[in-house]
Amino acid sequence: MSTTQGSETEPRAGVVAPTEGPSRWNRMFREITTGSAIISVLAVVLALVVGAVMIAFTNKDVQASAGYFFSRPGDLLAAIWNAVSGAYSALFQGSIYNFRRPSFAAGIKPLTETLTFATPLIMAGLGVALGFRVGMFNIGGRGQMLIAAALGGWVGFAVDLPAGLHLIVALVVGILGGALWGGLVGVLKARTGAHEVITTIMLNYVAFYLVSYLLREGFLKTPGSNNPKSPATKVTAVFPDLLGPNYILHFGFILAILATIFTWWLLSRSNLGFQFRAVGLNPNAARVAGISVKRMYVYAMMLSGGLIGLAGINQVLGTTTSGFGAGLDSGIGFDAITVALLGRSKPWGVFWAGILFGAFKAGGFSMQAAEGVPIDIVLVVQSLIVLFIAAPPLVRAIFRLPEPGAGRRTTQVNVTQEVAAK
Amino acid sequence: MSTVTPVVQPAAPTAPETPDFEFVKSWKVTIALSIFTVFGILLLVVFGRDGISTMRLSTSSDLIQLPDVELPTRLTGIVISVLLLLITAASVWLVQAQAKAPIWLISVFAVLLLIGFLSWAAADKAIPVPGLLFGSLSLAVPLIFGALGGVISERVGVVNIAIEGQLLAGAFTSAMVASLTQQPLLGLLAAMLAGVLVSMVLAAFSIKYFVDQVIVGVVLNVLVVGLTGFLYSQVMAPNAELLNQPPRFERINIPLLSEIPIIGPVFFRQTLIVYIMYVAVAVVFYGIFHTKWGLRLRSVGEHPQAADTVGINVASTRFWNVSIAGAIVGLGGAYFTLGSVGAFGKEMTAGAGFIALAAVIFGRWDPIRATLAALLFGFASNLQNVLSIIGSPVPSEFMLMLPYLVTIFAVAGLVGQSRGPAASGKPYIKS
Repeated sequence: MSTTQGSETEPRAGVVAPTEGPSRWNRMFREITTGSAIISVLAVVLALVVGAVMIAFTNKDVQASAGYFFSRPGDLLAAIWNAVSGAYSALFQGSIYNFRRPSFAAGIKPLTETLTFATPLIMAGLGVALGFRVGMFNIGGRGQMLIAAALGGWVGFAVDLPAGLHLIVALVVGILGGALWGGLVGVLKARTGAHEVITTIMLNYVAFYLVSYLLREGFLKTPGSNNPKSPATKVTAVFPDLLGPNYILHFGFILAILATIFTWWLLSRSNLGFQFRAVGLNPNAARVAGISVKRMYVYAMMLSGGLIGLAGINQVLGTTTSGFGAGLDSGIGFDAITVALLGRSKPWGVFWAGILFGAFKAGGFSMQAAEGVPIDIVLVVQSLIVLFIAAPPLVRAIFRLPEPGAGRRTTQVNVTQEVAAK
Repeated sequence: MSTVTPVVQPAAPTAPETPDFEFVKSWKVTIALSIFTVFGILLLVVFGRDGISTMRLSTSSDLIQLPDVELPTRLTGIVISVLLLLITAASVWLVQAQAKAPIWLISVFAVLLLIGFLSWAAADKAIPVPGLLFGSLSLAVPLIFGALGGVISERVGVVNIAIEGQLLAGAFTSAMVASLTQQPLLGLLAAMLAGVLVSMVLAAFSIKYFVDQVIVGVVLNVLVVGLTGFLYSQVMAPNAELLNQPPRFERINIPLLSEIPIIGPVFFRQTLIVYIMYVAVAVVFYGIFHTKWGLRLRSVGEHPQAADTVGINVASTRFWNVSIAGAIVGLGGAYFTLGSVGAFGKEMTAGAGFIALAAVIFGRWDPIRATLAALLFGFASNLQNVLSIIGSPVPSEFMLMLPYLVTIFAVAGLVGQSRGPAASGKPYIKS
């Protein structure tokens, strides 16, 4: 809730202020648990309404009929309805179920595409969320994905191993690559205090140019080709299809579920996860309690990078097995941040947020193809959803909802503490 | 400038952050210098090249023509390597003598390394020095505006991840308004307004609704990318000749100043936006550290409770200063469309906002240092452009990587633990 953190964040006057504040992610976490599900639903509705307004305003037919609005107002309304419903039904049919197809097996295909798009978003989102829980902001998803894909992808196309073993080796090498690139940030932060926001951004560029070079002249180059693209992954290392060759959904989705379970277990059931959360809540208190904060930074960045690396290797071994270029991350590293935010940095929250964003991605492409609405509208809707969900009072004010009782209670408790502290 | 303690004075009474005044031997700088020295010797001596490197110091339009400087490549490399070694040795000696390597020594080291590298890369070729610097400044302009906005915003206690979004919003609106009105000045104004609007969303959500500032910032970036991309494809691109052909600012040569060798062509033959930038840097620096406004701003960012106690309205101070920051960043956005490129393109800022954010942290939340950091980024990016034109001996990807690698080394080795304003990122709830 809005005022819950009052007594914790603001040190009392006279007391030396801690250099780093307690976790904002914890506050966020509490926000979602005290906020009701209705807020989330209304946030999605609001975002879709704003999207609809934008679609309507920029639609050619709407603009044309607005010219003679006063003579025939019905035309304008019909044009708006056509534009908006056309776009959103294309979004739905592209992401969940296509009613125009004859059989269920064909109609459900969009949902499998959604899950395929969601897979790397979930994996990378988990990585970013893990960083958040330790109080670190990992913007380095792009670099970690690239390095993971480069190393694991190389194993995938250059090494000869029996089927199954080949896949596992490539997977492990990829995850290690991501963990290496992420762990580097953790080591730099722990050893020298370098701010992870700077180092992750810089390492993104370093990884991008390094992989570009390797694709052009290094060991990732396809022999006899001038295209900066790697050879295709060998069949022995490709993820098996989950629903047969007619669907693009592959084993990666199972890995995403496993990764979610692992992250959940790590954060809420393991000793290491406890230390992670302690550092995230308050590094100074954690240090006093005997937790090696620096070591936690390194471990957390390694695990975070490893999860994001899993997303990278998923793209190479599962989604596009015909070889990869330096743009293989296609913005997933940054989308993962939004996914982690929407999921409130909780593993299962990230899972569902990833599926929602995967649906937007799958549906956005078909909306662009069918209705000519640019896919950028999806970004607008996504970001508005996150914004609205993060600010329940705003949503309540718009829909004139009363303050929920549960929220009030915690607020009052903390207000009393704040007063008492003074 | 409480965050900057470059020289350790054992008995300094004005250093409350370090309770014990014992000098802690830090080998970080020395290690960083040693790595760079090894790199330098490897490059300049072991892989040294023969030939003559020419540094062109004047452009053809200059009044005062300086002769080209010709350096024998291998000899220069050897001399510079020796000097680098000496400086590294000096830093070892300084640490032994319980003193820190002074900033000027590190600067000299950096300049020497740079000259060495330039002469190595330009064996038997010529480097147009004014062109190199001019391009660097051009690339740095939006970064500097972004960094200034970031500094103000963070100093008042609101983390500004949305610099990227503010730049992009500024670029989009300035292109549109300037094209419609054919007035670049109006475009500039519109860009400032757009930056303010993005800032106000950031401020409203983080100050009124107490949403985490990092979240709002990240989300705003996505929102602006989506909005501008959508409007670009739907509205701007179909009517490009009406909406996306902004008139550009003319270059203005400042009399006398523009004729100073090297400096003149670089700094004083620029467009209006760049001159506004000089003023902005000075005003922000003076304002933050020498005016009542700045004192209030910093107090709100460092200890909002104390500021509130003495009667400063924390929420409104934050709100309006974040808005000012947005206006400044918006100007940087206008530079993309009205200064350098000349038309809006989808996601044309290409991560400049994040580099500006890095400059803020690199510059330790100080406007001048942040500006220098932004200039460094601009220089590094442009160095690659220039070297690729004259034909660089290294694969271009490694040249492109260099600025980012140098930044990592510099941040890890020379800057180290950077401490931002104490209350930055924390909402203030008045009880």
